Amino acid sequence: MILTLVGVSNGTLHESARRARGSGADILFRPPGTSALSSLSSSPMSDKLPALLANEPHVVLATGTMVQPLELFDTITGLDMDQFARMSGGFRFVQGGLPIQDTDLIVDEPYAREKHLQVGSTLNLISHQWRVSGIYEPGKLARICVKLGVLQDFTGNPHRLSQIYLKVDDPNHAQAVVDALRAKYPGYQIYTMEYFTSLLSVNSLGLLRNFTYVVIGIAMIVGFIVVFMAMYTAVLERTREIGILKAVGSSSGLILSMLMRETLLLAVLGTVLGILLTYFTQWLMLHVVPNSLVQETVYAWWPIAAGIAIVGALIGAIIPGIKAVRQDATEALSYE
Amino acid sequence: MSETPIIQVRQLTKTYRVGDVDVQALRGVDLEVARGEFIAVVGTSGSGKSTLFNILGGLTPPTSGSVHINGRDLSHMTNAERTNLRKDTVGFVFQKYNLLPTLSAEDNIKIVKYIGGHDTEFDAPFKEVLNLLGIADRLKHKPRALSGGQQQRVAIARAIVNRPAILLADEPTGNLDSQNSAAVLKLLKDLNERLGQTILMITHDDEAAAYSHRRVHMRDGQLL
Repeated sequence: MILTLVGVSNGTLHESARRARGSGADILFRPPGTSALSSLSSSPMSDKLPALLANEPHVVLATGTMVQPLELFDTITGLDMDQFARMSGGFRFVQGGLPIQDTDLIVDEPYAREKHLQVGSTLNLISHQWRVSGIYEPGKLARICVKLGVLQDFTGNPHRLSQIYLKVDDPNHAQAVVDALRAKYPGYQIYTMEYFTSLLSVNSLGLLRNFTYVVIGIAMIVGFIVVFMAMYTAVLERTREIGILKAVGSSSGLILSMLMRETLLLAVLGTVLGILLTYFTQWLMLHVVPNSLVQETVYAWWPIAAGIAIVGALIGAIIPGIKAVRQDATEALSYE
Repeated sequence: MSETPIIQVRQLTKTYRVGDVDVQALRGVDLEVARGEFIAVVGTSGSGKSTLFNILGGLTPPTSGSVHINGRDLSHMTNAERTNLRKDTVGFVFQKYNLLPTLSAEDNIKIVKYIGGHDTEFDAPFKEVLNLLGIADRLKHKPRALSGGQQQRVAIARAIVNRPAILLADEPTGNLDSQNSAAVLKLLKDLNERLGQTILMITHDDEAAAYSHRRVHMRDGQLL
């Protein structure tokens, strides 16, 4: 449980970073009042800005996008398909191709798989009926893309943009361009893409980090209690066996040592089984909810999870174990 | 000069605290058992015979009096010393067999050798005993795969594997049918006769007691 939660937290964020890098842009230009990691729910920038930004030194390409939130974590992104293709190298379609009609949209492969979409399928988003014209390989900025102008019109934001992506002539100039732009456009949130993607980690996202820590903390406590109670009950039920061992001359130390060794073995086997189960949940998420959750294998947490299991099991075993060995052998033998 | 008794009990008392009430389970018991003797302590339920069994086996300490087993005084022994005594000096056979359910019959016997600090391999004389007990071909089975009579015979083998000075049997036929009871009692008698094993058997059954050399009766915490 702990490994799965940590894996999902890391995996989902890293997947977002991978998509952002897939845009091919070097600089991200966001409106004032946003933070690097806030979701975009409005489109306050004029679509005249990309043309201005494209004239800045070292900037070779500037393209604006509009992001409209959908239910849960989904968003629909409006793109200038031609410019985005020049910036990112274009979508790699596994089915169909770019939107032709205004109500055509393209989706990435995990989204299509989860929603059972094919080219020609229709779906209703933001109160409009859309037709899937293409399904592309994941890792390109967004999961659902439509023509920029269409999304602007449908959402009542004509000529407005959510964010702008810039490509520079040499990625080594990105930071210098960012510095220059910040001086020229005060208040705007401007980052190199490298910096932006580095922020997409559990530790950088305050709220998610806290949420993750709370969930992991609860998982640790619940995991500990479950292991503790399981061992406690198991050893309590063996009070009679401990009585038999005492009757035939086992010292308390020998009984506790046997108990500890057995518990340790069980805890290690349980940990291995738990790790194997995380691969199963990974497979499950990949096939059942590929669009929303991505689980990674977080190796650094293996020893932590093992520690929780082992400490929980040992404490769970030692308390009834000590109780049993302290008992008079005749009392332990009469335990039913 | 006559040989020192292997069991020597003098003015033994045991008082239990049950709630706020003191229960006198033994009220001044005197008993001597000679080496190689097969003795039956006969009494009804509540007569104190199981308490005597527990004290002689070092499972519980006496309240007062003296208890010597094979020359060693139990009455002043610590818990750890009584544990040591149970390794080699005393062997137990219980009414409910008390075998470890997760171990095979063989491992149930070997674990006692291991605890006693002995080599866990069976020597030739002990293999003879296993044949005598009729369990040589049942050793790989877990207790649940054995009949009550077979389990009790494994328990007897376990009790004598470390060649204890005395074998204590508490109602060894209490859970067995008459046929198996007779077989187990005959085995105990054989062990006593062939190996010279000292046996003290607790029973409420006069028929079982008839297999012993001598029987003593208990009532209200005293030997009659």
